[in-house]
Amino acid sequence: MNWMIVVVGAVVGAPLRYLTDRAVQARHDSVFPWGTFAVNAGACLVLGVLTGAVLAGAASERLSLLLGPGLCGALSTYSTFSYETLRLYERGWRFLAAANVAASVLAGLGAVTLGSQVARQLFA
Amino acid sequence: MTGPGGDGAAEAIDPDVDLHVPGQRAERQGPVLAAIAVGGALGASARYGASLLWPAAGPGAFPWTTFWTNVIGCALIGVLMVLISEGGRTPPHPLVRPFAGVGVLGGFTTFSTYAVDFSRLLDAGEAERALAYAGLTVVAALGAVWAGAAVTRLAAGLPARGGPRRRA
Repeated sequence: MNWMIVVVGAVVGAPLRYLTDRAVQARHDSVFPWGTFAVNAGACLVLGVLTGAVLAGAASERLSLLLGPGLCGALSTYSTFSYETLRLYERGWRFLAAANVAASVLAGLGAVTLGSQVARQLFA
Repeated sequence: MTGPGGDGAAEAIDPDVDLHVPGQRAERQGPVLAAIAVGGALGASARYGASLLWPAAGPGAFPWTTFWTNVIGCALIGVLMVLISEGGRTPPHPLVRPFAGVGVLGGFTTFSTYAVDFSRLLDAGEAERALAYAGLTVVAALGAVWAGAAVTRLAAGLPARGGPRRRA
């Protein structure tokens, strides 16, 4: 049962990552992988809110599974992030490769903290 | 695009979407989305299964399961992308990348759990371990994708791509 809930979240999350990536990539013309950056930061924000809600006792176990390992786990990606960083580096965009790592990690950690704080205020 | 790539056809940095390729702008979305959804369900199931098999020892413990999930997924995407984009003669089936790359490996690895693990370690008063986890994951993931690609190029007799290709 728990496994099915995770699958439902992932069936939504993975295509949502692809569609968001496409939508973002269609709106700029730089080589910086803004699409993956955006889905990872967005998923971190949602997971941060969920974490705060769980701590405040406002989210059920089912909702946690659906949104946590299911939706956010599949929406965010480490493999595409690291592959895009390698591509930037190999093609000579070394500064952008380093900037991608720094920006993605800082945005992800910041989004989790922000989401969690907002949820604790909302559900306290 | 005024990219410095320099070798003719500009290759996209984003492996999943290259809207400079006209065919990808008008791609039929139904089969692609279905392949991504099925692959994502498989990848997320494997990640969830690993988290049940090897649960974190406690809120202040090093999140080894997430760490290895991400490192293994990164090594595999290095292998996969070299095989399907540099392999050469026969182009792979158009659904291979959506299924295996975007779906399975994208669903298997996770950036959001990585960030929440970091925040959880901080909350548990383990600041040093949190920073070690954040840094070690980045280094190991990038090392894994590089090693996966390098080993695959070597095994397939493809040219290495390590050197600078940027032209002024």
